[in-house]
Amino acid sequence: MLPDQFLFGVEVMLNGLMAGVLYALVALGFVLIFKASGIFNYAQGVMALFGALTLVGIMDGQVPFAHLINSIFGTDVHHFGWHVPAFLSILLVMVVMVGLAWCVQHFIFRHLVGQEPIILFMATIGLAYFMEGFGDLMWNSEIKKLDIGIPQGGSMWIEEATSFLGGTNFYGFFIDKLEIVASLVAVVLVIVLVAFAQYTKEGRAMRAVADDHQAALSVGISLSFIWVLVWSLAGFVALVAGIMWGAKSGVQFSLSLIALKALPVLMLGGFTSIPGAIVGGLIVGVGEKIFEFLIGAPFLGGATENWFAYMLALVFLVFRPQGLFGEKIIERV
Amino acid sequence: MKRLATVTVAAVMAAAPVMADLVFPSLSYRTGAYAAGGIPFADGYADYMTLLNERDGGIGGVMTRILECETGYNTEKGVECYEATKGEGSLVYQPLSTGITYQLIPKVTADNIPMHTMGYGRTSAANGKVFSNVFNYPANYWNGASLVVNHLLDLNGGDIKGKKVHLVYHNSGYGKEPIRTFEELAKKHGFELTLLAVDHPGQEQKSQWLQIRRERPDYVTMWGWGVMNAVAIQEAANIKFPMENFIGVWWSGSENAVLPAGDGAHGYKAITFHNVGSDFPVFGDLAKYVVDAGKAAGAGDQIGTAIYNRGFYAAMLAAEAVKNAQKIHGVADITPAMMRDGMEALEITEAVMTDLGMPNFGPSFKVTCENHGGPGTGAVAQWDATNKKWSLISDFSGSDMSVIQPLIDADSAAYAAENSMETRCN
Repeated sequence: MLPDQFLFGVEVMLNGLMAGVLYALVALGFVLIFKASGIFNYAQGVMALFGALTLVGIMDGQVPFAHLINSIFGTDVHHFGWHVPAFLSILLVMVVMVGLAWCVQHFIFRHLVGQEPIILFMATIGLAYFMEGFGDLMWNSEIKKLDIGIPQGGSMWIEEATSFLGGTNFYGFFIDKLEIVASLVAVVLVIVLVAFAQYTKEGRAMRAVADDHQAALSVGISLSFIWVLVWSLAGFVALVAGIMWGAKSGVQFSLSLIALKALPVLMLGGFTSIPGAIVGGLIVGVGEKIFEFLIGAPFLGGATENWFAYMLALVFLVFRPQGLFGEKIIERV
Repeated sequence: MKRLATVTVAAVMAAAPVMADLVFPSLSYRTGAYAAGGIPFADGYADYMTLLNERDGGIGGVMTRILECETGYNTEKGVECYEATKGEGSLVYQPLSTGITYQLIPKVTADNIPMHTMGYGRTSAANGKVFSNVFNYPANYWNGASLVVNHLLDLNGGDIKGKKVHLVYHNSGYGKEPIRTFEELAKKHGFELTLLAVDHPGQEQKSQWLQIRRERPDYVTMWGWGVMNAVAIQEAANIKFPMENFIGVWWSGSENAVLPAGDGAHGYKAITFHNVGSDFPVFGDLAKYVVDAGKAAGAGDQIGTAIYNRGFYAAMLAAEAVKNAQKIHGVADITPAMMRDGMEALEITEAVMTDLGMPNFGPSFKVTCENHGGPGTGAVAQWDATNKKWSLISDFSGSDMSVIQPLIDADSAAYAAENSMETRCN
């Protein structure tokens, strides 16, 4: 029989890995856009919120812009009176995210080609605030329950199967079923994204653009198309992140703040590596949970996770500025 | 002659006193991370004032006007809103934020404008001898902490010695407010208190709930706001913590907190200082004069929800203070200073509440120069996930003022000393 404290530590580590996968899901969207366009997309968290809001709105048959419509026309419409199945709703939201990607490219970034990275970053800040307000106007600010059938709660099977490991104070490992699903989804997502980038014409074009815009243009790759494609993929990844986080906490406007959890992941994993986002997420998830368990809660009053993740990332930055998997930047004079 | 008559009428009209509006600033937050709580409060507040205008022609013949300013639950923006609206004759501020409240206390005192922080803000503002312009009737955080402990005492036949109680709190000024009271109550009743801080916004609480699962406390209480509430209740359901042993403060006791967890939230409890639901005659008037007339601040579907009711109740108390001020000063168009007088002499009786169509909606109480905090009473509400509604499972009862009053006196005395203030009401 193993000591309970050791088993609790293992449980914390397992949960840290699961939390890390959820952070990585958000970080993936940042990586996709940064890799292809050099834009640090501040709006990635809001895209997750917008995707989740739109999903719930479509599933529940909510009338978009109902408040605005009712104010202008004196009507009282709120719902269409139907419920759309989750799978179909997700497909419809993907169409919306492609439309959003086209709008972002057509109305913003097409006009900013060749601008300094800081200008592009500022544009994404504007985009984030615009989308937050737009989402509010479209679907309102009420908290919404997101239920697409993902199981939640501790897995009884794992609890019962592992309870023999410890003494009477150990009740078996707690692993949230939602986070198991999120991990599986993340694995599939990474495989799909890597396969897309490696084996499809569009994926190879995307990588070419990521390597060198000018060279890609010279061989006839449409920069505009690739950017729409990349923003669409980032929108899809944001939707997946929004679904997982929204299922945990309900869909509400602080969902956009999950982006803050992705930043240390990016600092660790590098801004240009899909596997880096996953590994970075896992390191941050495990690191912050273990630190809270061993030091934060017993000695520092708790609530150390937010700042510890950034501290960990800073330490990595000092020794490896490009992140674990990022490309080393060598500029020759 | 005709021309002279016209000029005379014009002159009389120009000289006649213009009846201004009774201005109620609403420092709301309809955007941002805490909008889901800010919107129903602002809607309830606005709808009550609209009801008075539409049904009664205002208060004492003067129409009310809501002056809304978006704070986003941001303290700096809240202060900006105060500065931007105080010149409009704003009668009373209700910022719905402890952070903003702390910043506004010296400002409202200097400007002689009253501020009402019902169930939040600086708890020791209950001491009117120090805080002349701040009111937090009918209950404050320390009352809330005591009400939670009283409920635990009720459940355990008056003995909670050795029981393990964990406090999950928002790691902010708001969340930390009740800690001192809980610590005093833990000493008095002999229960073991463990503090679990959750950082803003509270989207990720796995560590805290794993700790709760490991330590198996008898009870968990929560001081949360925004998404923190919903996540905590979901996590509690995930680890199969018995919901009837999980008790939140009133800001953790809204539909927003429990609905995302679905059936898992069934049995969760929260203390409240006002009644729940929509089964009150005033809501019939509200439907007739405001909602059906298309004049509601929101869609009209929040009526009876916990935070809407709180906003509605806050507006009712403000309106009653206006009536009181009008009576005291003999004028209908009152100033903020007169409003302060009206609040300081406010008396809410069950007869008044019944007349307003809100029988047993809140406690009967009397505000005095010394006591700006009201009776500190509350009840326990429990969530029924099947019917999606809160129900009171206890009567309204008092909190342990033998513990709370010395804390109020000490904290307010420290504030007075820091600011070299003379005490009032002597």
